[in-house]
Amino acid sequence: MKRQKDVYTKKVKYKVSLTDRMISVLTYIVYTIFAFVCVYPFYYIFINTISSNDLSQRGKVLFWPKEIHFHNYKQVMQIPDLFRALEISVARTIVGTLFTVVIAAFLGFMFTRETLWKRKLWYRFVAATMYFNAGIIPWFITMRNLHLTNNFWGYILPMAVQPFYIILCKTFVESVPKELQDAAEIDGAGTLKVFFAIIVPVIKPILATVAIFAAVAQWNAFQDTLLLVTDSRLYTLQFTLYQYINQASSLKALVNNSSSGVNLAASLAHASTATSIRMTVTIVVVTPIILVYPIFQRFFTKGIMIGAVKG
Amino acid sequence: MAGKMKKYFQNKRNRRGFREFLYILPFLILVAVFSYYPLYGWVYAFFDYKPPFPLSMDSFVGLKWFKSMVDNPVKLMQILKVLRNTFAMSGLSLLFSWFPMIFAIFLNEIKCVPFKKFVQTVTTLPNFISWVLVYSIAYCLLNSTGVVNSLLMSLGIIDSPELFLQSGDHVWFKMWVWLTWKNAGWSAIMYIAAITGMDGELIEAAKVDGATRMQVIRHITIPSILPTYFVLVMLSLANFLSNGMEQYFVFENAFNKESIQVLDLYVYNLAMGNGGYSLSTAISILKSVVSVLLLCCTNGISKLVRGEGFI
Repeated sequence: MKRQKDVYTKKVKYKVSLTDRMISVLTYIVYTIFAFVCVYPFYYIFINTISSNDLSQRGKVLFWPKEIHFHNYKQVMQIPDLFRALEISVARTIVGTLFTVVIAAFLGFMFTRETLWKRKLWYRFVAATMYFNAGIIPWFITMRNLHLTNNFWGYILPMAVQPFYIILCKTFVESVPKELQDAAEIDGAGTLKVFFAIIVPVIKPILATVAIFAAVAQWNAFQDTLLLVTDSRLYTLQFTLYQYINQASSLKALVNNSSSGVNLAASLAHASTATSIRMTVTIVVVTPIILVYPIFQRFFTKGIMIGAVKG
Repeated sequence: MAGKMKKYFQNKRNRRGFREFLYILPFLILVAVFSYYPLYGWVYAFFDYKPPFPLSMDSFVGLKWFKSMVDNPVKLMQILKVLRNTFAMSGLSLLFSWFPMIFAIFLNEIKCVPFKKFVQTVTTLPNFISWVLVYSIAYCLLNSTGVVNSLLMSLGIIDSPELFLQSGDHVWFKMWVWLTWKNAGWSAIMYIAAITGMDGELIEAAKVDGATRMQVIRHITIPSILPTYFVLVMLSLANFLSNGMEQYFVFENAFNKESIQVLDLYVYNLAMGNGGYSLSTAISILKSVVSVLLLCCTNGISKLVRGEGFI
């Protein structure tokens, strides 16, 4: 960022012509539109979930919430499946991220160890998997043979070793001065000790980047549930959302039945419709991403640049 | 032999190297099981595989499934249609692959830093939500009472709600729009990184010589980020057949099925829909072979043009 500023706003100014001015104005307009297109959908759905469902249903809520209420959120809390799906999603995100990060860090470090037996061979063995894929059926049959269908570990183990993250970590470890490791080894530290005491503290920035990518991938994963899981107790939030959007009005019945007591108290205008429930679940699923996004935004530019160096 | 091994292990360095190998062995096994072992499943393409029964030599059919793709005119038509969709979707992305580059260049021209940061932040956000969420957002915006229909109707452009998602028209274009909405901001980051790393002195010199801003963009910025563009185009060429299935799976319905089925989705539908395990595997084998060839070709081109490959 700092460098960029130097380049464009130093003493020497451009000759400012009329066309330049017009382009400048146009740029602001166009980027405002881009930003609007990216933000508005989220905003639109949010204001509709807290507005009167009656008005929302007639398409009257476009720019600001009307007759604010939180009945939809209370309704959604009543759906028992949703809560279990949330638990599964959170569990797989935490456990899966932990596995991916620890393995990426450890293998990334081990592949820089010149003492490692057949180092190059094993590195290629892992890295090559980025470039081929057996296909859905062979993969599914493998998972079935390993009893990983309808199994929580089916979400974790196949995604545990990620060659791209390993390469990121390896590149980072290579940039750490070798003397640090050598000094520790002369003092008698073993490989694992070097890893935990010397390497891990130094490579924390790249681990943060990897953790964020891995967590987002786990949170967003959908295909593995689709292929491997038929047991509704293992459905993730993404998969449940997909089902809700594809189920027609039965969703509304589900909600209004499961909480008829609450429903009586609610005024007619607030009675949840299928669409309002879909919107509310959408907000529930997207919120964690939007909340952590500002925190991790500063990490990913760094990550992608290290990745770009490697090509 | 034993003596040789004994001698090998008497060397402390070798002993350490072997111990390090044992540390990474569990992870190598994970890679072998989840990435290499499924390749064995390719044999299903040469059998008439009916899921509950184990494979036996009785059902060996040789190249029957490969031949049936060409011999059976109905199947051939279908496969050609699927290939057409795949080529159209990948082709559209390739055709507009310059868009993120232009996006990055003009974003970099914006002098108001908070605005620039804001635009960059919000346009990157859609990249981090899943396709299921994108679909549910599309559903919320485009359903009969959604904002798009409300606006179009109140402007008098249409008389009755238009169901954009349940129609077979312009499917390729719509899919491209959603893909761009999700990815453009994220792809731009790569170029922004490249622009930040540009040679400042060159631009300074051009400005001293009286170059206008457009001239600087045309003669300095664009040439210096073209290598990045080239690599990304080569990568997308290598992935020409692999659009992934998630996007098309969530957007698929009875109305657009004909024009949305790309190769990855077709392989899935074939297997899950009518149990065509063997044919589906045969198609994915062909796809993998072509993909690897494409990768080698593009890597070769890259070596010729840039002097280095990207693998």
